[in-house]
Amino acid sequence: MAKAMLNDVTKCIGCRGCQVACKEWHDLPAEKTTNWGTYENPPDLSADTWTKIIFKEYGNDGTLRWLFMKEQCMHCTDAGCVNVCPSGALQRHPTLGFVTYERHKCTGCGYCVEFCPFDIPRMDRESDKLLGTGLMGGKCDFCFDRVSNGLEPACAKVCPTGAIKFGEWEDLVIEGKQRVQVLKETHPDANLYGEQELGGLHMLYVLDEKPEVYDLPVDPQMPVAATALNVGRWTGVGLGLLAGAGMFGAAMLARARMVERKKEEESAES
Amino acid sequence: MKKQFARYDVDTVCSITGTSKDVYLKVCEAYAATGKPDKSATIIYAMGTTQHTNAAQMIRSYSVLQLLLGNVGVAGGGINAARGQSNVQGSTDHCVLYHILPGYLKTPNPDDVDLKAYLEHYTPTTSDPLSANWWQNYDKYIISLLKAWYDDAAVASNDFAYEYLPKVDGDHSHIALAEAIENGVVRGLISPGHNTAVSGPNVSLERAGLDKLDWLVVCDLWETETAAHWKRPGVDPSQIGTEVFLLPAKASMEKEGSITNSGRWSQWRYKCCDGPDMARSDLWIVPELIKKLKELYAMEGGEYPAPILNLTCDYGDPPDVHKVAKEINGYDLETGELLPSFTKLKNDGTTSSGNWLYCASYTEDGNMAARRDPTQTPEQANTGLYPNWAWCWPVNRRIIYNRASVDLDGNPFNPDKPVISWHPLREQWEGDVPDGGWPPMSQEGTRLPFIMTSEGRGHIFATGGALKDGPMPEHYEPWESPVDNLLSGTQNDPAVTIWKSLVKGDVSKYPIVATTYRLSEHWNAGQMTRNLPWLVELMPEMFVEVSEELAAEKGIKNGEKVIVESARGKIEAVAVVTKRFSTYSINGRKVHHIGMPWHLGYMGLAKGDSANMLTPNIGDANTTIPEYKAFLCDIRAK
Repeated sequence: MAKAMLNDVTKCIGCRGCQVACKEWHDLPAEKTTNWGTYENPPDLSADTWTKIIFKEYGNDGTLRWLFMKEQCMHCTDAGCVNVCPSGALQRHPTLGFVTYERHKCTGCGYCVEFCPFDIPRMDRESDKLLGTGLMGGKCDFCFDRVSNGLEPACAKVCPTGAIKFGEWEDLVIEGKQRVQVLKETHPDANLYGEQELGGLHMLYVLDEKPEVYDLPVDPQMPVAATALNVGRWTGVGLGLLAGAGMFGAAMLARARMVERKKEEESAES
Repeated sequence: MKKQFARYDVDTVCSITGTSKDVYLKVCEAYAATGKPDKSATIIYAMGTTQHTNAAQMIRSYSVLQLLLGNVGVAGGGINAARGQSNVQGSTDHCVLYHILPGYLKTPNPDDVDLKAYLEHYTPTTSDPLSANWWQNYDKYIISLLKAWYDDAAVASNDFAYEYLPKVDGDHSHIALAEAIENGVVRGLISPGHNTAVSGPNVSLERAGLDKLDWLVVCDLWETETAAHWKRPGVDPSQIGTEVFLLPAKASMEKEGSITNSGRWSQWRYKCCDGPDMARSDLWIVPELIKKLKELYAMEGGEYPAPILNLTCDYGDPPDVHKVAKEINGYDLETGELLPSFTKLKNDGTTSSGNWLYCASYTEDGNMAARRDPTQTPEQANTGLYPNWAWCWPVNRRIIYNRASVDLDGNPFNPDKPVISWHPLREQWEGDVPDGGWPPMSQEGTRLPFIMTSEGRGHIFATGGALKDGPMPEHYEPWESPVDNLLSGTQNDPAVTIWKSLVKGDVSKYPIVATTYRLSEHWNAGQMTRNLPWLVELMPEMFVEVSEELAAEKGIKNGEKVIVESARGKIEAVAVVTKRFSTYSINGRKVHHIGMPWHLGYMGLAKGDSANMLTPNIGDANTTIPEYKAFLCDIRAK
């Protein structure tokens, strides 16, 4: 039943139709960017940029390749962000498997930012809500409105080369493994990323090089504190008590950093 | 030919191109290996080949190669032009260019004094009884075109209104037009969907030329650089007298119609949304303009009003695009029925066709371009043919010259990938629509497979002065080049036109080779894309790509501003220092090259200097397309 997307990086041509389709479907505003010495833009994910293509020049004369990889939420089965989210904005879909995000429920606490092993969520958008930190976040929601109505995610729909595929998790794992076998003839380090990681990622990657080449963590782990919080929830005890001092400190740190970042942005603008 | 190309030995070619010998030989060996009956290879090219002063000859060399290797008319073969826009094929088929009429009929010149002289000039003859010489039907096509355009005013006694056609003397292509505007010959300009103030070569000169116009009509989606030339940076609007009319136009997705891809498929497309209130489609704007012109000519008279007054332009109000498509297909004027094929076209004025090549595209059976039926026979599936999906000119033939894929008995050279094959019992061709339905070459009453050449054979050299610069391809350096031509004492293509306003950069001052190109995020001169925030987010400003070696030499840092200068002008851009550019060794000399997109201009959300402020206004010897792909410049940190 669980759904997934498979990004075959060898089929990506860097057109970034996926970036535009994501913004169009979710009605996310364009960011004001400059050319910063690369085709890649925006420079980072943000509350308004939920996916982007990473451009990388790899190798040298004669072996040079221009690598493209789609960066976005990995939709972990063991999702730390879901465990630490106090407002229920982040939830693992009980049957489809991916991690949804509902902005109207987000209080901007930023725990998810600190506890994501892939450094994906951002909490940098101003909120109009009275409660919370005054900030809102954003990350790929797997187009759960589309997917729960029988459509594929917007990025997969628009991809002209089939580099982003949507389907059943089990099917895509098989397909990914078959593709890796083919790639191994020319790329001995080819691998399928996401089958084992964090209980299985719902964003799977066919990589032609080792994960490090694409800046993906080898054997990512759920932060211990996030596990602790999860236990806390299970036992029905409140957040502040069982999460412990370390957890609380980390969260406060996250919040302080975000406020700091926001201040910097404001002073840069003025 | 052997003698001509023996001079192009591996060392010489590698010295000229800077390609390493082992890589070049690897490519040669791989490509030459396709010269077997069961192998094929295709050449796909785009502006990287066409935007050079000797471009047509380079493409000729592809034809030579493909013919010699037997890669023409076969599955996976041919020469495929990838286009700079989705409908280049369609617009060329329907005569967007000044030197041809629809269906590649020739624009008459002043010596073609009447229809008889015109037909004698352009109807080829053959002495080979085996040659189909298909262009012998030229009279049927031009007379049917004149009937489509002038209807009852076109009769045998007035040469079917042949005299209404404008007679073209000389070069009126883009650079020539810019020159004519500059020289005050052209006083008014209608520029629909054409942002010449960004796209033209040596564009500063073209912008200044626009200032000299009395009036200018621009039809576009936003106010383009062309429409806003009078308020561009650095000019005083009060000193510019051009009256500008900006007509808001509909985008392609805001109207119904067809596009034709480079595989010659005419594909019907539907309107997805209405577009802004005031916006009108070309199909509304042009008939409205003609209607007004007719009224004015009828009221006030004027110089030679007949071609305007007699022009057929009745597509309804609002105009019905299906009526246009039907007119292009053509009618039997006696029965009023749509014609099933151009083989039915006649030279006696009883048929009409707006474009003979599209005759069969919209028949009594319906709009063929709108077909979306993916069914195929197993043979068609084997070669990827979809004969019931959209429609392909001519006569839904998907692979032209396909009779070159079979032996004299009609058996495919490659039995695993037949495009067509002769069924001896049924006595018919199967697979694709054969390029000429005659039986195989070993049988009576047949014709040679290249039906559009008067000889019936493929042209491994250009005949009859078809190309201005000679029958066989020859290497010349770009007009601006840092090196001497190693193959002859003639540096540049000798048949190019050197315009009065052309300025040449000296290699001592401009030692770096520059090229221009496009980005997937922006459309040509940017008029469709530079106002869309999501696309502007991805590609926000002008940049220039520089190798790590050149950046180190010049003290250029990644992401910082640089100045690029040529003999025509200078621009500011962000440096993208990249491994994807490297230094060439050309004839033992180190040559740097840089590259930049040409989409930017002074209007829209994404603004920036235009690369065409640097490019030279010189074009290919035959097609006159500007040499955007190679010129000299210098670069420095800002």
